[in-house]
Amino acid sequence: MTEVSMTVNGRPVRADVPDNTLLADFLRENLELTGTHVGCDTAQCGACVVHVNGRAVKSCNIFALECEGAEVATIEGEAAPDGTLSAIQQAFQDHHGLQCGFCTPGMVMSAKALLAENPEPTEAEIRAYLKGNICRCTGYHNIVRAIMAASGQDVSNIAAE
Amino acid sequence: MYEVIITRPRTLAEAIDLLGSDESQPLAGGQTLIPTMKQRLAAPETLVSLSGVKELAGITRGDGEITIGATATHAEVARELADSYPALAALAGNIGDPAVRNRGTIGGSLANNDPAADYPAGALGGNATIITNDREIPADQFFGGMFTTALLEGEIITAVKFPLPDAAAYAKFDQPASRFALAGVFVARFGDVVRVAVTGASEEGVFRWEAAEQALSGDFSAAALDGMKPDAVGMIGDLHGSPEYRAHLVGVMARRAVAVAAG
Amino acid sequence: MPADGGIGASTRRREDVRFLTGQGRYTDDINIHNQAHVFFLRSDMAHGRINGIDISAAEKMPGVLKVFTAADFAEVGGIPCGWQVTDRFGEPMQEPKHPVLAEGFVRHVGEPIAAVVADTLQQARDAAEAIEVDIEALPAVVDMAAALEDGAQKVHEDLKSNLCYDWGFVEENRDAVDEAIRKAPHVTTLELVNQRLVANPVEPRVAIGVHDRADDEYTLYTTSQNPHVIRLLMGAFVLGIPEHKLRVVSPDVGGGFGTKIFHYQEEAFCTFAAKVVNRPVKWRASRSEAFMSDAQGRDHVTKIELALDEEGHFLAIRTSTLANMGAYLSTFAPSVPTWLHGTLMAGNYRTPLIYVNVRAVFTNTVPVDAYRGAGRPEATFQLERVIDKAARELGIDPVEIRRRNFITEFPYETPVALTYDTGDYHATMDKLMELADRDGFEARAAESKKRGRLRGFGVNCYIEACGIAPSNLVGQLGARAGLYESATVRVNATGSVTVMTGSHSHGQGHETAFPQVIASMIGIDPSQVEIVHGDTARVPMGMGTYGSRSLAVGGSAMVRAAEKVIDKARKIAAHLLEASAEDIELKEGRFTVKGTDKSVAWGDVTLAAYVPHNYPLEDLEPGLEETAFYDPANFTYPAGAYACEVEVDPETGKVTVERFAAVDDFGTIVNPMIVDGQVHGGLGQGIGQALLEGCVYDDEGQLLTASYMDYAMPRADDLPFYSVDHSCATPCTHNPLGVKGCGEAGCIGSPPTIVNAVVDALQRAGHDVTHIDMPLTPSRVWAAMQG
Repeated sequence: MTEVSMTVNGRPVRADVPDNTLLADFLRENLELTGTHVGCDTAQCGACVVHVNGRAVKSCNIFALECEGAEVATIEGEAAPDGTLSAIQQAFQDHHGLQCGFCTPGMVMSAKALLAENPEPTEAEIRAYLKGNICRCTGYHNIVRAIMAASGQDVSNIAAE
Repeated sequence: MYEVIITRPRTLAEAIDLLGSDESQPLAGGQTLIPTMKQRLAAPETLVSLSGVKELAGITRGDGEITIGATATHAEVARELADSYPALAALAGNIGDPAVRNRGTIGGSLANNDPAADYPAGALGGNATIITNDREIPADQFFGGMFTTALLEGEIITAVKFPLPDAAAYAKFDQPASRFALAGVFVARFGDVVRVAVTGASEEGVFRWEAAEQALSGDFSAAALDGMKPDAVGMIGDLHGSPEYRAHLVGVMARRAVAVAAG
Repeated sequence: MPADGGIGASTRRREDVRFLTGQGRYTDDINIHNQAHVFFLRSDMAHGRINGIDISAAEKMPGVLKVFTAADFAEVGGIPCGWQVTDRFGEPMQEPKHPVLAEGFVRHVGEPIAAVVADTLQQARDAAEAIEVDIEALPAVVDMAAALEDGAQKVHEDLKSNLCYDWGFVEENRDAVDEAIRKAPHVTTLELVNQRLVANPVEPRVAIGVHDRADDEYTLYTTSQNPHVIRLLMGAFVLGIPEHKLRVVSPDVGGGFGTKIFHYQEEAFCTFAAKVVNRPVKWRASRSEAFMSDAQGRDHVTKIELALDEEGHFLAIRTSTLANMGAYLSTFAPSVPTWLHGTLMAGNYRTPLIYVNVRAVFTNTVPVDAYRGAGRPEATFQLERVIDKAARELGIDPVEIRRRNFITEFPYETPVALTYDTGDYHATMDKLMELADRDGFEARAAESKKRGRLRGFGVNCYIEACGIAPSNLVGQLGARAGLYESATVRVNATGSVTVMTGSHSHGQGHETAFPQVIASMIGIDPSQVEIVHGDTARVPMGMGTYGSRSLAVGGSAMVRAAEKVIDKARKIAAHLLEASAEDIELKEGRFTVKGTDKSVAWGDVTLAAYVPHNYPLEDLEPGLEETAFYDPANFTYPAGAYACEVEVDPETGKVTVERFAAVDDFGTIVNPMIVDGQVHGGLGQGIGQALLEGCVYDDEGQLLTASYMDYAMPRADDLPFYSVDHSCATPCTHNPLGVKGCGEAGCIGSPPTIVNAVVDALQRAGHDVTHIDMPLTPSRVWAAMQG
């Protein structure tokens, strides 16, 4: 067991964990932040994407100990303290960018990273950026639209609602 | 995953010291190692995390060359070399996916030498020098077949030095599932000398396609490679493509890379 | 869009808020105090005889509570099959026992041999490595045709052969079809493979078994599309637990696509083991376990023959299919290649004679069962591919040949036992041609050619039978369950409504769409309606969600229950208004005496039902809650027409989908936004089948595609934007809402569209290619171009 401390969604946390604890397990089990999901073993599905020091990472593929002292942001920290959804979250709801919801936390966190790097991405840039986030429900159509809309682009002509 | 002890040295000397034991293994970005450990296919007793070792970080530009610290992530290389070495930046910027690129490192990728990874092609085609804690190894002597390199026990990559080419490009055809290379070709021209390195295709891992190099050294154009492809013997055959298909793709990707580089 | 948020409104989904903020409650998010963890030791061999299992070392490992083997399940039933198919000679199918843990033999890679329950998962897994299993390898049966040869190695020693059944449909038509094909002016023949797929919901399966010693009550939390069915199958057939002692909860479920319909060994194990070790027992599948243990889909090899006259009119269809069952019969496996496939072979067309032969085969592979579409994609693919090929052979335009054969009069009785109640296939095709801009294709093809790409246009139709299913009919066909649905509508004293439905939502948006229906019926705001689902303790009965049945069957049950409630409320209102119930109408949330301004609000009536001071107690009970069971009179028949344009890179063989247009007739639409989303998702999976996905075993039965490194899941950059339309609606004639179901259409209709388009692109470029088997990977397309 090794002590690890980090800041998660602005809150300092500290725990003793076995060294082999992955960040995803630390978040889900130690902190009970179960919004971060695990959908594969090979770092491909992206349901576990969180931000570490402002960059998107796959939390199932990084040891908690490697995040010592880091700023970690998860889906639970995205809405405003009063519960108001972030622009990206709201766009996902407005444009039906989610169905079963399981991949959604990772999608939202990836979308947030994309828009931080590229405030007005094209359709192709969005699709390329989501290469590491698998959704089995939506066929991606409304996810791509939601992200375009969240970046302020007009998506009304892409397809009728 | 089996139990493991993770150590986090701050200096290279400390890291080398910790790697002295047989059961310890370096941990770079972990993007390949951690999935392997989850499957219990790797079982190191101790992981020596390199992420806090300052000597391994950073990218420096010298006269006609760029030195990339071993723990530079793919995302860092993609960002920082976008202007100075766009071919290598593009290669790094298309590895895996954005989240993987924020963790995966050049040192980790080269030390692992996955036969379908991109960086081995960049390093070999780009005539890089792999710098370790102990010595400097030319890329031509570094890669030794699938998952095998010239690195000795306890030796780690500290940096990779790339001479700046006159022209270069990387063209990759994705394996549809893993998005590793089914065939990836890095071409670089240094004056009259052209290097062509191929990943993803051969059972022996990354290799230089010498016939293409010769054809291109007189005429650095896609047309110089018309009709050319490497021998299918020794190419990987699996459910994603036959040896013949891979050999064909190598020709196609080489022409596309040259077209971009010469463009 | 209706202003009231009722039927027809694209209401934003209320469930999204919890999913978008990380507050969803999936099974793996549940941890029970003092829970233990199970790790299954699974076979790494496809076929073998177990000579011995030594658990003595494992039992002594730290944290281990118990190591289970088949011996612990001697008193327990096998995993039941829910459908018995009768073969064409009148004999029942061969049905092997499906043990919870392997008994004597292992029959597929991933079959659980032993299970370790320990304090932590790590300890359980460590101990599993200490189990010594002595297995003698037996030859693996992988290829279906070889499996049926005389003297072939058998998957089950105690069965006569590897043939599960030899099914003919309609058997009486067999000779007539042969005759028609023999005499036909033209016969188009196509041999094709509908490859094996893995459903791959992003949430892996999870089960948590809990046993309460004080009351001898069991609770199973599980990632299921139908908790009541699991309660029935596991309680009655496996563990012998009566319903009142067994609660099954399916909380938020991260996608199902069919593979979470079935009852699995892990569910029975956790429930059983919880009592034995006297601790809750939790199991969570890793993705690689999911690849080896979730029931897989499709896997048909078919020869289809289509007989036509000179003008391209269809005369007869004959098919011969081998359908892979895998090593054991999963819950609904036998029904998929038979009743969900053979009955659809008429498609949207008048074909007087049809004969379908299906031989289902046991192999040493993971069991196969329903995956989104289930049988109907296989039928559609064969039919629409052979029609395309016939059109090319006869030089008839692919749209024209379809139009020439469309069914135009309804109801229409097909020669394969279905009665289509309604539809308008010309209208959907007209709309498709407009949406797909077929007229602009040539210009786009020329532009592609300039860029060195080959462009092709693909078009096809589909029909499916949804709203599964009339119980008396499916009972005759071998179903061992009724396929009705139930709902309870509970009106609370203040007028808000709680609906308990047996339909389960795992992405379909029931929590939003079902209230829209109630809101329209009563005239209250949808926010006043709450949906409860997924818990056998809170919902009286249910058959669950599959076969695009939720709104058509579950919604109909809800409507029936709401009608009963409204009927009673009307009587209360009549009392309050001192009028006759026949004169009372409910509009916009008020009961009004027709032709007067005398009215009473919905909320006042519901309050009277619970505070019955001024109430007809002599005629009516207090309270306002009704339950209805709805058993459909017929299937529903969603149908449509799809078109796409692809580009082929002639150098690499890579196919990209440039345009995709889908026109679907789903009857009445409750929430257009959700329906669009269902079509998009189905298209994503259908295009995935056509271009990317395939589950592959080698000759030894080893699974080569056991992770996302080798099983190609469609990603965002593999797929285009879709143009979808559902304006050509012919409402279903036999359910109260006129709805047909929309969950599977995209997945059923789209694989042939893509393949037709690729063949078109290659033929236009002069390649003599008439068919390529899916998935149309770059290497296959390139190989086809090499001739």
